[in-house]
Amino acid sequence: MAVFNRVESSRKIENAIYDETVLAGDGWMHELKPGQTLRIIDVEGNQAADTLFFDAENPEDHYSAVSTIANQGNIYLSTGTVLLSQSGKELVKIVADTCGRHDTLGGACSAQSNTVRYAHDTLPMHNCRDTFMLQLSKYDSRYTKRDLAPNVNFFMNVPVTPSGGLTFNDGVSAPGYYVEMEAINPTLVLISNCPQLNNPCNDYNPTPIRLVIWDSL
Amino acid sequence: MSYIWKQTIPAGGKWSGRIGRGKSVTFTAQESGANASLLLYNAYDLTERYNMPDTLKAQHTAHLTKGHVLMSDNGRVFASITADTTGWHDTISGYTTRSFTQQKYGASTYQESRNAWRRNGEENFSMELLRNGLTTRDLVPNLNLFSKVYCDEEGNMNFVSSHCKKGDFITLRTEMDLLFVLSNTPNPLDPSKTYPSVPIEITVDEAAPVSSDDYCLNFRPENKRAFENTWSYDLLLGNKTLSTI
Repeated sequence: MAVFNRVESSRKIENAIYDETVLAGDGWMHELKPGQTLRIIDVEGNQAADTLFFDAENPEDHYSAVSTIANQGNIYLSTGTVLLSQSGKELVKIVADTCGRHDTLGGACSAQSNTVRYAHDTLPMHNCRDTFMLQLSKYDSRYTKRDLAPNVNFFMNVPVTPSGGLTFNDGVSAPGYYVEMEAINPTLVLISNCPQLNNPCNDYNPTPIRLVIWDSL
Repeated sequence: MSYIWKQTIPAGGKWSGRIGRGKSVTFTAQESGANASLLLYNAYDLTERYNMPDTLKAQHTAHLTKGHVLMSDNGRVFASITADTTGWHDTISGYTTRSFTQQKYGASTYQESRNAWRRNGEENFSMELLRNGLTTRDLVPNLNLFSKVYCDEEGNMNFVSSHCKKGDFITLRTEMDLLFVLSNTPNPLDPSKTYPSVPIEITVDEAAPVSSDDYCLNFRPENKRAFENTWSYDLLLGNKTLSTI
């Protein structure tokens, strides 16, 4: 039986400095200063918040899924996980998490991967990598497709079996569940609130997320 | 074994080069306990690269062996695994860095150890990427040929030390023209206290075209659609496809 690591936060929404809802299919890009804390709330449950991180002082240094999981010797992200960049720099640390487990092996959907996973006629559908590219193109002209590394899927449950299988399970998150991360170094956060309409994990119903930020205590 | 090209990469060594489509590329462990860290890029569009999540997700697997294909971020098949004597290759453990290598195996400099100094994956990749017009910005999750890393029910990653035997091999059939970037450096999760990298031999030969009964093509319906994407790409470029279908 899998262990889930659920840790509640003592932070109050009324003390936050930022509070915004991002609808399914929309993107968000924002810089966190060291000590600031970002809470991502799964408003209606079983939504996937596809998230990438960049070193704000060196935008070419992106989040590394493999460095992050090999560093802790465990493939799941939860309270205590330090998210590392490709160069090994500490970007953010997960400090609270009522969902208990998040995926970083499954990556983001794209038009091209949709044709492989579902059917060729899904090519025109909206997808996370398009959202990532639109946000990057608006934020800073230095960013290109080269900066799209494999991301975190907050609220997604993608268990790996000892025999090397990989499955997609639902039922881990629920309305109001959240994950909180504190910036260790200046970090750019890029989110695609997933618009996936082909995946039973979200009951074929993408829903909003809410983003709340607190200054350092 | 016949071949049109052969190269041995010593422990700690590196190699990069373009290998055209329709080739069989065989990596053979010259001793037990090999690990070869590998990155793949489209030879003519270096922004298209091996994509670990797309590869794993589409084939519902967390390990790689015969039948699996290596997918790019553009929904195409880069290469197919047509032969494998180990049953498991890792793609979730990443590569070593200089500080990690020094911490684990002790500091070593070229000044002191000459060519026996302990090299690391990040620096080997960095040099070969720059040689090919890329930078560390282009580093993404890599393949670790010959390494087995499995996860228990809690997600803890376990390295299997006795996995790779001397003479074990894996053959990749290239489905597109590819840039290979290889670092023969240890898997980061290898618990061995001594620097364990061993020589790897690479041989390249012509591969037979993909036929309708091809094992990798028929491994999953997702694989067939990824092959179809690759063949469309070839036709649009004006290339003849390498399939007989």
